[in-house]
Amino acid sequence: MHDSQIPHEAVVISRTQESRSIFSIGLQFTDEELNKQYRFQPGQFNMLYVFGIGEVPISIVSDPQGSDEFIHTIRTVGRVTQILEQLQPGDRLGIRGPFGRGWPLQTLQHRDILVVTGGLGCAPSVSIINYIMLRREQFGRLAIVQGVKHSEDLIWHDHYQQWMQQPDTQVLLAADVATHGWPWHIGLVTELLPQVELDISQAATMLCGPEMMMHATAQMLLESKAKADQIWLSMERNMQCAVGLCGHCQFGPDFVCRDGPVFNYADVQHRLSRRGL
Amino acid sequence: MSFRGFLPRERFDTLFSILHKIGAQCIGPTVKEGAITYAHLSSSAQFPHKVTDQQEPGSYRLTPTTDARWFAWANGPQALKPLVFAPEEILWRSERNATGTIAFTTDAAQMPLTAVIGVRACDLAALALQDQHFLHPQGQDASYASRRRQLILIAVNCTHPSASCFCHATGDGPEVDQDYDLLLDELDHGFAVRCSGATGEQIVQQLSLEPLQPSQLNEIDNANRHAAEQQTRHLPATDLEQVLNTLQESGRWQDIAERCLSCGNCTSVCPSCFCHSQHDVPAADGITSTHVRQWDSCFTQGHSYIHGLVIRNETRFRYRQWLTHKFAGWIRQYGRSGCVGCGRCITWCPVGIDVTEELQGLTEEYNNA
Ligand SMILES: Cc1cc2nc3c(=O)[nH]c(=O)nc-3n(C[C@H](O)[C@H](O)[C@H](O)COP(=O)(O)OP(=O)(O)OC[C@H]3O[C@@H](n4cnc5c(N)ncnc54)[C@H](O)[C@@H]3O)c2cc1C
Ligand code: SF4
Ligand code: SF4
Ligand code: FES
Repeated sequence: MHDSQIPHEAVVISRTQESRSIFSIGLQFTDEELNKQYRFQPGQFNMLYVFGIGEVPISIVSDPQGSDEFIHTIRTVGRVTQILEQLQPGDRLGIRGPFGRGWPLQTLQHRDILVVTGGLGCAPSVSIINYIMLRREQFGRLAIVQGVKHSEDLIWHDHYQQWMQQPDTQVLLAADVATHGWPWHIGLVTELLPQVELDISQAATMLCGPEMMMHATAQMLLESKAKADQIWLSMERNMQCAVGLCGHCQFGPDFVCRDGPVFNYADVQHRLSRRGL
Repeated sequence: MSFRGFLPRERFDTLFSILHKIGAQCIGPTVKEGAITYAHLSSSAQFPHKVTDQQEPGSYRLTPTTDARWFAWANGPQALKPLVFAPEEILWRSERNATGTIAFTTDAAQMPLTAVIGVRACDLAALALQDQHFLHPQGQDASYASRRRQLILIAVNCTHPSASCFCHATGDGPEVDQDYDLLLDELDHGFAVRCSGATGEQIVQQLSLEPLQPSQLNEIDNANRHAAEQQTRHLPATDLEQVLNTLQESGRWQDIAERCLSCGNCTSVCPSCFCHSQHDVPAADGITSTHVRQWDSCFTQGHSYIHGLVIRNETRFRYRQWLTHKFAGWIRQYGRSGCVGCGRCITWCPVGIDVTEELQGLTEEYNNA
């Protein structure tokens, strides 16, 4: 059995600049056997290794049954992502994964689904939206609520436009600060929740974004009679090993890399808003 | 396991010869830089002689004693942990050739068969905890696993617990009851020997042990009971998991933070702490790079860093992480507390913060609430 702490070589197949600081890369392993075996679930992540620099955890946004490349959408922030940004088709990097537990796909079948996202291009929520869009008939109504800090941070305008056209699909957008001409809400993402046209008490909700935003959203949903165990959220912590060994990703007694990154809200609600955990 | 016989002190070195003969290197306690330290040994002459350790919160001293026994002390700052969970090691290497392809290789950790003499009950309990972590069914650590297989554990029961020890309270000592190959009880003129497993049996067969006298068995019994009774530190007899989980916002964390230096000494001497970080070390040739892992501690900035933010940015959060992980989180993760009562974190804390005292304080706060 291969040691999941050691990367495999992968090659960049495609590259898209999504916004000034966000880009997507499509990857394949150079080992054909691996490409055949590689399976993942929306919400899971890979560790991306840049030669001589280090590794970072990044969600997989492409469809699990999609083409033979898997896609990462990455925001450039620091040491490793700055180098990843420079990669062009043909360039090599190291990949290990997939890791963690993804979104609870089995539980979501034929249900109304609410996806609430805060922050820049939150990749884990994109993976679940894409998944539903490609299998629209397997799910009930879908409401997508996306908030960004600044209106210019919103990427994938065309995606949102497309999603708005889909049957039984509602898209609500908000920016804390907006430039002139922003047609959607100006303010917090939570302020949009009353507009969601779903029976919140029956729907399943997926959350992704800053912890305080997820906490506030979950609180509001509970007030609308949502069930705590029908809310899921994706967490972020420092990750070194991704296999439950290095201890860095601990969130209370959970290892985010292995027990998450997707958690059921009922299991973490008493810790979610705690500072310094 | 039952006693197999008596090994006179003057014949102790036959144990070294037998171990060498089966291809094992020997590691055991010796005095180095003012502390009991585990190092490569070739004879009993290198064991501590006529010294004992005096431990208190924030202080460790070796002092002379008239007691001629070799194991008349409790412990030193480290024991088994650095042998199986290396303080620093290369996880893998990468090599990028001129066309830009990257190859990954790993040298499987290699440790010869290694006999550790003088293992304590708390060391064995901590090893069992590290086994649960590093040999996890959902992801074993290959280098830990390969070194772990090479260990021969020769335990010696404690007769001189230090003032920091509280293994009796955690249920992990002072008497050894698990996972040893050989177990020794020290008497004035030699050692009573027990063994378990095939390796232990093989060694005992070659030791030419003498019969044990009933009076010696009595003496051992008394010594082990006495060792437990000598321990003065205790854990509050309460559900610590409940206390800690309830008191996450207690003012006591800030009170401790006024004293705590956030140095991480406690986690580095803790025999169950497993945290480590990883980093790449590129060679100057631009072609090769090594991926290194190193012990890390939840008391560092980097431990909880995510871009633009240190989650545990204050000492109170770090101390809370350490105490809560050890005495509460561990139970959820591994079914028992992560503390084996060795007392090292108390002794080696430069400002003498005592976990038993802090837990006592938290328990009182909980009971009065
Ligand atoms: C499960 C998971 C999924 C993620 N998915 C995505 C994604 O799809 N797209 C995306 O753009 N970002 C994602 N992130 C965040 C991404 O990992 C960080 O932005 C990235 O590690 C920053 O690395 P850096 O070297 O550029 O930044 P620096 O600030 O220079 O960070 C230095 C090092 O600290 C660690 N680190 C820093 N920030 C984080 C962080 N947020 N999470 C974990 N480790 C961190 C990394 O080891 C990093 O190399 C995800 C994080 C997690 C935990
Ligand atoms: S989180 Fe802290 S207390 Fe827990 S194992 Fe890591 S270093 Fe030790
Ligand atoms: S408790 Fe003591 S040993 Fe631990 S970090 Fe604080 S000062 Fe250092
Ligand atoms: S990332 Fe290492 S334990 Fe989770």
